[in-house]
Amino acid sequence: MVEFAMHHAWLVPLLPALAFLAIVFFTRPWPMLSALVAVAGIVGSFIVSALAAYGVFTNPAFKEEPLVYAVRWFSMPGLQIDVGVQLDPVSAMMIFMVSMVASLIFIYAIGYMKGDPGFSVFFSYVSLFAASMLLLAISSNLLEMFVAWELVGLCSYLLIGFYSHKISAREAAKKAFITCRIADFGLLLGLLSLQIVFGTLNLVELSEKIAHFEQYTTLAVLSLIAVLVFIGPIGKSGQFPLHVWLPDAMEGPTPVSALIHAATMVVAGVYLVARTMFLFHEVPNAMELVAITGGFTALFAATIAVTQREIKRILAYSTVSQIGYMMLALGVGSMTASLFHMWTHAFFKALMFLGAGSVLHALHHKADVWEMGGLIKKMPITGWTFVIGGLAIAGIPPFAGFWSKDEILAMTLESGHYVLFVMAAFTAFLTAFYMWRLIFLTFFGDENPENHPHESPAVMTLPLIGLAILSTVGGLVGTPWAPYWSEWIFFGHPHHGEPNYWVMIGSIVLAAAGIYLAYQLYCVDKARAKVKALAERYNHIYTILYNKYYIDEIYLWFNHTIIDGAAKLFYLFDIYVVDGVIVNGLGALTCLFGEGLRVSNTGRLQNYALVFFLGVLAVVVLLAFTGPSAASLIVGGVK
Amino acid sequence: MLATISLTHYMVLSALLFGIGLFGVLAKKNAIAVLICIELMLNAVNINLVAISKYITPTLFMGQLFAIFVITVAAAEVGVGLAIIIAIYRNRVSVNLDDFDWLKW
Repeated sequence: MVEFAMHHAWLVPLLPALAFLAIVFFTRPWPMLSALVAVAGIVGSFIVSALAAYGVFTNPAFKEEPLVYAVRWFSMPGLQIDVGVQLDPVSAMMIFMVSMVASLIFIYAIGYMKGDPGFSVFFSYVSLFAASMLLLAISSNLLEMFVAWELVGLCSYLLIGFYSHKISAREAAKKAFITCRIADFGLLLGLLSLQIVFGTLNLVELSEKIAHFEQYTTLAVLSLIAVLVFIGPIGKSGQFPLHVWLPDAMEGPTPVSALIHAATMVVAGVYLVARTMFLFHEVPNAMELVAITGGFTALFAATIAVTQREIKRILAYSTVSQIGYMMLALGVGSMTASLFHMWTHAFFKALMFLGAGSVLHALHHKADVWEMGGLIKKMPITGWTFVIGGLAIAGIPPFAGFWSKDEILAMTLESGHYVLFVMAAFTAFLTAFYMWRLIFLTFFGDENPENHPHESPAVMTLPLIGLAILSTVGGLVGTPWAPYWSEWIFFGHPHHGEPNYWVMIGSIVLAAAGIYLAYQLYCVDKARAKVKALAERYNHIYTILYNKYYIDEIYLWFNHTIIDGAAKLFYLFDIYVVDGVIVNGLGALTCLFGEGLRVSNTGRLQNYALVFFLGVLAVVVLLAFTGPSAASLIVGGVK
Repeated sequence: MLATISLTHYMVLSALLFGIGLFGVLAKKNAIAVLICIELMLNAVNINLVAISKYITPTLFMGQLFAIFVITVAAAEVGVGLAIIIAIYRNRVSVNLDDFDWLKW
């Protein structure tokens, strides 16, 4: 079984893709059947992934040598592109994680999307997404990966705009697609440069060639390539300054937010950088760029999340912030910590998104956390699983988030990035604060009499419980005392850091302080007078944070002033220079020549005869006074 | 002593005749006169042909033969030319070339 799964790992993306085709062409009129097909596809894919992952993680040989099998996609002189499967600990972990989280979310969506007119279409889209995401994870070739990368972008677009009757959803979908396209352009340029310089896009071959890149190119060119490749993850993973699409992407159905915009697609950028670590490893400057981008984004998004009011928007900024952590870890050279955080984050963030979906489901899509309160009494399963998610993201042991976040902090400190360490530590405090602000406002305190919440059906709560369990124990695979994770998932050599108790204690204290502050401000103080007073007192800061540092406005201003202004300028250039000078000018010039030549056409035969005569005379004179060469010029070939 | 008539004399005569004809073609206003001048030019060429044939290749009669062709063609040309002039005259009631400006623009 295990052997079969490992040598047929292409089934992992294929099964959801088949489910997509089946739903589109056959089962669309029957919603429940469509859901069943989609769930069967992803669960089948999960089973194959799990078997393949079992095979990989029981055979230490995979640490050194990945299992690669591929078929030729197309070839021409100088360009051979294979499409295939690369199984190693990283990709095995990724397909296992993605298919597991996706399975739970698919099941949840059966309950959440119930009664929606686009039920079947929804399941066809998410199946296509799962197929693309798994293909991205398992690709042995960067071009294949790029195709999957664009496919997940397409699915993201389709699913953000799923409620296409809402203008805001359509706008958000366009925003997401266009923002990611800008970034993908950088990635595409990077991949093209890799193909041109190294002549291959195969991951294994590239890693061997880039290790001796001096034979092919200079460090400057390699740095440029690394930065271009990194632009793709900046867009896809919502890093500053291309993070703007991710919060708006919450217009999509909540299972989509959980699956695509929290657990899987947005971490594709982290995964890509991890996959091409051999490239970034050679370019220290690019690593610094990754670290600084990640560290800054983490803090930046966390400060915004503190003031937001919509439940999913807070979670979205939290996602941006947590992916910033992952980028930071990659940048300081610890792929282990980064992918570990990706692994735990997928569980607790999917859990919290699904919890938020459950809340929205109960409150009929009233999203403002200030209008909620006391929901835990009516929705105990949603509430308590959400609390577990909150503990995990805040970094309270033994929940999953603690181990991975602690590892990132320790690695940042160990690599000597003290400023980034302080930023990351402060972000940890803010994370605990804003997440527990959300929890206290939503689930505790006084009930809002306008709300009539009810617990969601079992098909929704069971995935919540499953994810809650994973959020609790998911981090135990990588504790400092039992570092199974770092034995398998690493770049170069496995790194066994000594447990850094100071960092550990510090991060617990920070998390506890954040939670306590939130408790004091939002739970003990029923009227929330202190919070309002604080917001009044620091009105400027509050406004800036609430308006997300006006990044959207800056982009709008840039668009309206610079882009539209330039467009106006080019319009005038078109009207007056292209149309005026070139097109009309050419016509007028021709006209003028015609007018001039018209004068010579007198219509009098005698004038024409005179011209003939003068012409003959000229020929005769030429023949008489110049050499034979000129003569042959006139009389042509006649000898 | 009576100077012998050489080829040069014939050619000078021919050139003069041709020049007169050319002037007439370019300068005369009357279409009939222009036709007559064209005849002059053709005959200048005929003189040349016959003279060169006589002096350079006396045994061959190519020049004379050619001159006969030219005379034949000239007769046909005069016939067509006069017919055109009569047709134009019926339209314009004029044989003045300044009035024949249909080719203009």
